[in-house]
Amino acid sequence: MKVSDFFQGVKEVQVGGPKIACSFKLFGININITETIIISWGIVIALTLLVLFLTHNMKKKPVKKRQVIAEFLVETVDKLVKDTMGKRYKSFGPYIAALFASSIFGSLVSLIGLRSTTADYSTTLSWALMSFIMIEAAKIKADGVGGYLKSFINPLNIVSEISTPVSMSFRHFGNVAGGMIITTLIYFALTGLSTALYCDIPIFTIGLPAVLSLYFDLFSGFMQAFIFIMLTMIYIASAKTEE
Amino acid sequence: MEKALVLAASAIGAGLAMIAGIGPGIGEGFAVGKACEAIGRQPESSGAVTRTMFIGCAVAESTGIYAFVVALILMFINPFLGKL
Repeated sequence: MKVSDFFQGVKEVQVGGPKIACSFKLFGININITETIIISWGIVIALTLLVLFLTHNMKKKPVKKRQVIAEFLVETVDKLVKDTMGKRYKSFGPYIAALFASSIFGSLVSLIGLRSTTADYSTTLSWALMSFIMIEAAKIKADGVGGYLKSFINPLNIVSEISTPVSMSFRHFGNVAGGMIITTLIYFALTGLSTALYCDIPIFTIGLPAVLSLYFDLFSGFMQAFIFIMLTMIYIASAKTEE
Repeated sequence: MEKALVLAASAIGAGLAMIAGIGPGIGEGFAVGKACEAIGRQPESSGAVTRTMFIGCAVAESTGIYAFVVALILMFINPFLGKL
């Protein structure tokens, strides 16, 4: 949602991909710098600054509030990873926390009027491919290369392997993009209602979209981020059964 | 004329694709009902039940999401217009 939509209403429904800020040619390949890339870098910088702010000047005994917050976050993630994956996979904590943070910030950035980075299929696909590589690595580690290749004797297994990243990325993308489109449609409908009742200012767009935004932006964004990391953890942990 | 025909067919196709929304709706309803039963029987395990239920719901939802993505592509990207 753009800021001007709140004052003028949405006159026509236009749903498209992220805008292209600039593009250049590199080795004959056209590379587009899109809105998503810029906002993603913004999120990366913001998260880095947040983490630096929370962790600088740490004491052995916490005296500052921000150290308590940092310790709480780290302990929560560690506990979640340990509960879901078992003690052996404790080292996955940072990856899971980074994925969760970038996912939830990427979805919630729509609250300040920017385009959600997760409403772009490239973002979720790249995360899903990252998780896919880790899942396959965990499988190769558990079974050995021979055992891993042996599991593909049944060709249906190849389909099930490939469908993992596809379903993970489509799920996240579909939820966030669907919420974005439904919000646009609601603004369009309410603007139409205001125009039909001879109001130049779309007064009906006050209030109701906020309630729906609670579900489509806050709840959905949080749930999808959580489900994404849970599925990643479950798939990695299920590669090897615990002795 | 041909363009209008393709656009109309795409819109109908998108609508038909979203019939797939019935399945996840029924399935998730069952899952949530069973979770409510479980919480009613064992209120102390509500946290684990709720977490498991949400993950199950998310997985059950994927077929609906696939249909939704197909509908989105048909409606807003119009891939068949290029094949005229």
